[in-house]
Amino acid sequence: MPSQQPVIEPRSFSLEARPDFAAIAAWVKPGAKVLDLGCGDGSLLYFLRNSRDIRGYGVEIDDSNVLACFNNGVNVIQSDLESGLQSFESDSFDYVVLSQTLQAVKHTEGIVKEMLRVSKEAIVSFPNFGYWKNRFQVMLGHMPVSETLPYQWFDTPNIHNCTLGDFEQFCCQHGARILERRIMSRSRQVTFLPNLFGMLAFYRFERQK
Amino acid sequence: MQDSNSIGIVSPQSTHFDAPLHLKSGAVIDSYELVYETYGELNAARSNAVLICHALSGNHHVAGFYDENPKSGGWWNNMIGAGKSIDTEKFFVIGVNNLGGCHGSTGPASINPRTGKSYGPDFPVVTVEDWVKTQARLADHLGIDQFAAIAGGSLGGMQAMQWTLDFPERVRHALVIAAAAKLTAQNIAFNDVARQAIITDPDYHGGDYYTHAVVPRRGLRLARMLGHITYLSDDAMAAKFGRELRNGALAFGFDVEFEIESYLRYQGDKFADQFDANTYLLMTKALDYFDPAHQHNNDLSAAFRAATASYLVLSFTTDWRFSPERSRAIVKALLDNELNVSYAEITSSHGHDSFLMEDRHYHKLVRAYMDNIVT
Repeated sequence: MPSQQPVIEPRSFSLEARPDFAAIAAWVKPGAKVLDLGCGDGSLLYFLRNSRDIRGYGVEIDDSNVLACFNNGVNVIQSDLESGLQSFESDSFDYVVLSQTLQAVKHTEGIVKEMLRVSKEAIVSFPNFGYWKNRFQVMLGHMPVSETLPYQWFDTPNIHNCTLGDFEQFCCQHGARILERRIMSRSRQVTFLPNLFGMLAFYRFERQK
Repeated sequence: MQDSNSIGIVSPQSTHFDAPLHLKSGAVIDSYELVYETYGELNAARSNAVLICHALSGNHHVAGFYDENPKSGGWWNNMIGAGKSIDTEKFFVIGVNNLGGCHGSTGPASINPRTGKSYGPDFPVVTVEDWVKTQARLADHLGIDQFAAIAGGSLGGMQAMQWTLDFPERVRHALVIAAAAKLTAQNIAFNDVARQAIITDPDYHGGDYYTHAVVPRRGLRLARMLGHITYLSDDAMAAKFGRELRNGALAFGFDVEFEIESYLRYQGDKFADQFDANTYLLMTKALDYFDPAHQHNNDLSAAFRAATASYLVLSFTTDWRFSPERSRAIVKALLDNELNVSYAEITSSHGHDSFLMEDRHYHKLVRAYMDNIVT
């Protein structure tokens, strides 16, 4: 009897389809060792493996996401990243990635501290709360609902939103030295007034020496 | 056989090994027999073989049925079969009864060729390492140089792990389910109470009960009852039995009153009828002795340094005998060695026994992992 499992189509991501993946991949050196925190279905690791030949692990808590990682053939460790990264030795990765998850974690300080412990460099992406459409909605008296913040205030997982300015201040106060940043509006890079026109922010940083 | 995806009727095979086997204890077994079953077809490249290692009371009858009786099903029938998580359409699956067992492989009840009598208490203590050695010889006999995967739960998971340490070139994937890298003191304590129950049974006769034509039934029964308690979770027991009384009212005596008593006695009786007490002693010792980190200054990461396999590690939330914490220690050691590893902690109410139970998520995880194995 043939397997009842649907055949898993090999994934392909075009740079246009996932500009956020492409932005992260541009910073990752080929062959690097990568830890992806809150890795979801493992798409980013899959993409980095194919485009950058990385070795990597994902950390994910949700059952259905863990199963999706298994289906994608991506190494995943089911665990709650809020409770720390005890399974990982200090300085054991080249990059630790927190892709569009920073704004949804409870223990932001603890997690960033752990990221800087286990990895030489950290890459973080998050929706910029300072994006003009968000500011405009707040000005009109409402919590913003936008492309990058698609949730209503009462059911949003995003409990720690911040602007570019907030994040840079945070890094400064928490021993993180910013190496590079890239601000995007959809697939376009934003250089003019990024805290106003940027939708998604990417930062690469390391432990302050 | 209501199971439409089963592989149907299967029958065991047996092979005799003449080369002396040097055991970890220093003892030597001159020759021995291993009984095994196979399901599916070995492909032309001989690259699709999967070995299933059994736990404390398991055996080689892993999947399929012996006859039309639905009770003759293999112990992992819900996991292994045509179109199942470990798919016999893709893989050539082997189940083997471990040396020292009581289901056909040479064990304490077998005749010792040196004496012409049953081995009884003279059967040497066997370890997980010894079993792996015998399984490797069986693989040689079947023409399998390298397993696509070796899988097992509990004590079976320990064997899967040991394989990747002793024969790294012969196993590509290890499925280590509800296992541990070593037993805790509490675990050894449970095993010793079980052994004491058997050894102090007057019918035990120092292990030589075969010649007295008796079996230490009471001891074995108690051992199994104790074990059974530890394989279930408090919640599962409460949900299944609660404080239900068999006859609806207290009888103010010591006969069976609560449903849980009835269940445990039934399980104990059933087990005592079909399992050999000496084998039970051996299997619990193999569990107690397993500790690959020991010869590496108790550094589990160092123990895995020679390993090259990819690993699937699974644990169950209510398993307190082999808790998720024990599995996480294995995962840590694998991560330290930069080995491929995926780990899932499965929500289940069935305690240690969860690894044998039908569970959609659990079986989907194993299927997804197995589907990605290249043969």
